Amino acid sequence: MSGSLAQLPRLLALVPYLLQHPGVQTAEAAALFGVSEEQLRRDLNLLWVCGLPGHGPGDLIDLEFEGDTITLFEPAGVTRPLRLAVDEALALLVALRTLAETPGLADRDVVDRTLAKIEEAAGAAGDRSQRVEVALEGEERVLPIVREALERTRRLHLAYYVPGRDETTERDVDPMRLLLVEGRSYLEGWCRRVEAVRLFRLDRVVAITLLDIPAELPPAATERDISHGLFQPSADDVLVALALGPGAHWVADYYPCESVEDLGDGTLVARLRTPDTSWVVRLALRLGATARVVEPAALAAQVRTAASDALLAYAG
Amino acid sequence: MGGRLTSGLVSAKKTERLLNLVICLLHTRRHLSVQEIRELVPGYAQDSEEAFRRMFERDKEELRDLGIPLETGSDTAAHDDELGYRIARRDYELPPIALEPDEAAALGLAARLWQSAPLAGATGTALLKLRAAGVDAPESSGALEPRVGAGEPAFEACLAAVTDGRSLRFSYRATGRPSPEERTVDPWGVVWWHGRWYVVGHDAARDAVRVFRLSRIVGPAAAVGEPGTVKVPADTDLRALVARMAGDEPGRTATVRVRAGAAWALRREATACTPDGDGWDRLELGYSDPERFADRVTGYGADAVVTGPDEARDAVVRRLQALAVEAR
Repeated sequence: MSGSLAQLPRLLALVPYLLQHPGVQTAEAAALFGVSEEQLRRDLNLLWVCGLPGHGPGDLIDLEFEGDTITLFEPAGVTRPLRLAVDEALALLVALRTLAETPGLADRDVVDRTLAKIEEAAGAAGDRSQRVEVALEGEERVLPIVREALERTRRLHLAYYVPGRDETTERDVDPMRLLLVEGRSYLEGWCRRVEAVRLFRLDRVVAITLLDIPAELPPAATERDISHGLFQPSADDVLVALALGPGAHWVADYYPCESVEDLGDGTLVARLRTPDTSWVVRLALRLGATARVVEPAALAAQVRTAASDALLAYAG
Repeated sequence: MGGRLTSGLVSAKKTERLLNLVICLLHTRRHLSVQEIRELVPGYAQDSEEAFRRMFERDKEELRDLGIPLETGSDTAAHDDELGYRIARRDYELPPIALEPDEAAALGLAARLWQSAPLAGATGTALLKLRAAGVDAPESSGALEPRVGAGEPAFEACLAAVTDGRSLRFSYRATGRPSPEERTVDPWGVVWWHGRWYVVGHDAARDAVRVFRLSRIVGPAAAVGEPGTVKVPADTDLRALVARMAGDEPGRTATVRVRAGAAWALRREATACTPDGDGWDRLELGYSDPERFADRVTGYGADAVVTGPDEARDAVVRRLQALAVEAR
């Protein structure tokens, strides 16, 4: 991970960094500080003319950057980086506490030791970090087994719940990586049943077994790009339009919608694409009077039928 | 073009002046008077006294904004009315820190928690400082990729208000209300819970503790009042407050007949499950609010039938009736 700082704070970190890393490659330092090599050379040229009062030859920052490497000889007293700012201390401390409190993500003892050291280094800047908390879903049962399978390159057997069909499926999976997206843990792996890469939500894993078989990932098993979210809609999907009353507005936040139209009378019309509409029927039942399926008409009819069938069960 | 070049040169001149100022104030053991600083730091000498004073005031602000602890004081009591400046090395410098390889790996893993600004950026600059102090925090090499987003527009303002201890004013679109309402809140904390950010705090107008989902804050959130004025009660358990007020904490029990093999998610939550005739099971489910209970159950339609209590059964039946009525 590279940082990106304004010029002065960058220079104040660069001097002690160069002091710690004599002969560092220019390209490496530029990448780390998030600037071009050209900008880094401008930074170095600026350092050259700065130094202690008097600004004589022995007072200035002294460094050498001929060729591809940089070596700093005289830091003019800037031997250590500036303390962590409040937001920097908070970002590290909250992340470490989250790691410590979420079973199965990392070795608790190691995280606790790291946390203690960063807390000490942060000092007062870390005081307010207790005001931010991240509660991840633990997945205590499943996560350690998935981790072990990944570490030892072993195959897993999953009983996995598919909510759209409301059924539990059995399959062997060669694990690729663990993902945590928007607070949910997923296993990405090569599903041997469908012979394709699949994502499995860990809270839908009913049972998991570590098999005594090495995982074998075929060349087709490539990680998907999740930088734009987990699910990308396809053009073949069914377009569903839902009219959402005030009590159902959360649906527009929660599901990735293609468009959301505000009718101005408290109704939002959310349009989304999905390859499988069975979950929409469940959603519509749950929403009751607060929402209505506008399109497709066949799906709206399916919801009415499901509601009437269910009412028969209550009439008895 | 010419303008850009000039402003580039001006900002390089300014950075040079500020860096020399920091080096000078770190170097001095005693407080330096403003006049001494003017003589010692290149870039101040050529201006008029008035222009220099203005420039120095702006420079001081800039250093403080970066978190550089500029100390004001005097070493010679009653010598002069004017105070001097210095930077105390112990307040400026990151204290010594050394991480074992496994600790550095844990830090590298933790650093990947944040997916987006502002915390991802703050993590990056924090790691730069640690690297500059000789800590090697490696890229997380493992298969683990945890990510917590902070895409809500109000996130940055809420975080800043919480860390500064200031009140927060925003427009909030509550569930079941047609239009947003103005709220003023003393924020006690920000909590990520079940994939969403919440701000917890004391709502002044309602004189009560409230939990707000950040994604429901409409428009900008503004910090109001002086920093440090928000007092968080001792023993505040932020997470428990969010879980209680944003979630569903069971206190009552409902009974639901479920078709064999169906509604697995309900089975997982059930406190008891017993066979109940041909192809059916009877589940006992904890709940606190009938409507939230209906949220969990109604989607299963005819596969999950509530047998009691009446308030839970009625909540489900009402929703089904609303949908079946539409048919006519």
